[in-house]
Amino acid sequence: MRDKLAIGLAAAAAGLLANNLYQMFMVLPDEALQGAIYRILFFHAPAAMVGMIGYFVALTFSVLYLTSKNLIHDSLAASIVEVSLVFSVVNLVTGSIWARIIWGIWWTWDYRLTSALVCVLIFFGYLVMRRAIDEPTQRARLSSALCIFGCVDVVIVWKSIEWFRNQHPGPVLDFRTGGGKMDPAYAHVFWMNFVAILLMATALVLVRTRQEATSREIDSLRRLAHTAA
Amino acid sequence: MKTVKHALLIARKDLAVELRTKESLNAAGAFSIVILLLFSFAFDPDPEQVKEIGGGLLWLVFAFAGALVFNRSFARELPNDCLDTLLASPLSPASLLTGKALANFVMLLAMELVSIVIFGIFFNVNWTRHIGELSLVFALGTWGISMLGAVFGALTVNLRLRELMLPIIIYPLLIPLLIAAIELTKLLLANQPPSPSDFLWAKILIVFDVVFTALAMMLADTILVN
Repeated sequence: MRDKLAIGLAAAAAGLLANNLYQMFMVLPDEALQGAIYRILFFHAPAAMVGMIGYFVALTFSVLYLTSKNLIHDSLAASIVEVSLVFSVVNLVTGSIWARIIWGIWWTWDYRLTSALVCVLIFFGYLVMRRAIDEPTQRARLSSALCIFGCVDVVIVWKSIEWFRNQHPGPVLDFRTGGGKMDPAYAHVFWMNFVAILLMATALVLVRTRQEATSREIDSLRRLAHTAA
Repeated sequence: MKTVKHALLIARKDLAVELRTKESLNAAGAFSIVILLLFSFAFDPDPEQVKEIGGGLLWLVFAFAGALVFNRSFARELPNDCLDTLLASPLSPASLLTGKALANFVMLLAMELVSIVIFGIFFNVNWTRHIGELSLVFALGTWGISMLGAVFGALTVNLRLRELMLPIIIYPLLIPLLIAAIELTKLLLANQPPSPSDFLWAKILIVFDVVFTALAMMLADTILVN
């Protein structure tokens, strides 16, 4: 059932993505000031949003693990962090390419960029820590705690463009500005691409959760064999 | 009230052990002096450059030397199952964590005092002009580092590669606090009047301390109970 759902979500994401690519490259005109490169923002911002939503969902599952002690919640949190990390890296890479064209530099130590990089490092540390702990309940307990601490930085990433004067552009999406900063045609493709990336991320989480469950099963069998020996 | 009393008890015990062995203080103090020395050889900064980079240099030294203190904080309780005994005692996990953070705080402040005196001598900087404000920045910054150090010292105490894991986890989390402390220290060392935007850094320091202390208290059971 879960496999079919993952395949269905991936297929829906692929279909939507194909349509979005057609809209981006064949229908929408170049942006007046930025030219063709603005199209990378259809991937840059949704990847960041999916990453951040993922970290907060992982936070929820981490809290759920601490209250229920159910290892499935821990597997879900770990899978979601892993997938979110991939999208955060996509966000950094696409942002860097955009910056090279528009600003003339690959990177600047702006608060938004710095906090986003720090966020990637924190959750990379989360995954490294998980691999350093063999005992499943200890791993789940400690990584839940780290996830809760790490999510403080996600709030800083989210709010940094409001708190600090940055080189990174300020908020442009309607739900943060109250509207009027993005053309409706661009906004439509943007949100469609957000949905496509969200579907893709959900499919990846389902696949990754299944792998986590299998590895937990193998681990418990290995322990059983070790105890019997 | 009981938590505070117990935390002070733990801090006093840790400081007494440290004063007897001096293993963390000696290592952290020597490490910070070596870094300051290496830095003066590597870059040979002029007085203007020192004002620019002094804050960053000091806080990096404090953060790196701090990791040596945090690694020992809970690890010293492992021989003879002392940590299990502490957890089995009537002390609450929150008081144990706060006590460890307090001991880290005092040890780091002592190391910072030595470091800034040596920094002033090596780089010819008069750091005493704003000693009150500087002490406040050091206290706020050091509390944040100490609390996170205690939390992650406890989290990583039973891990393989403990010495490696602690810096990987703790430094990214400390970055907002370090940036704020660096900016304020730079301002005070350069003897510049603060602008309204500089108060944002002070707010970040305070909020960081409050948020992470509250989170540590809330999660103390999770972090410490096996």
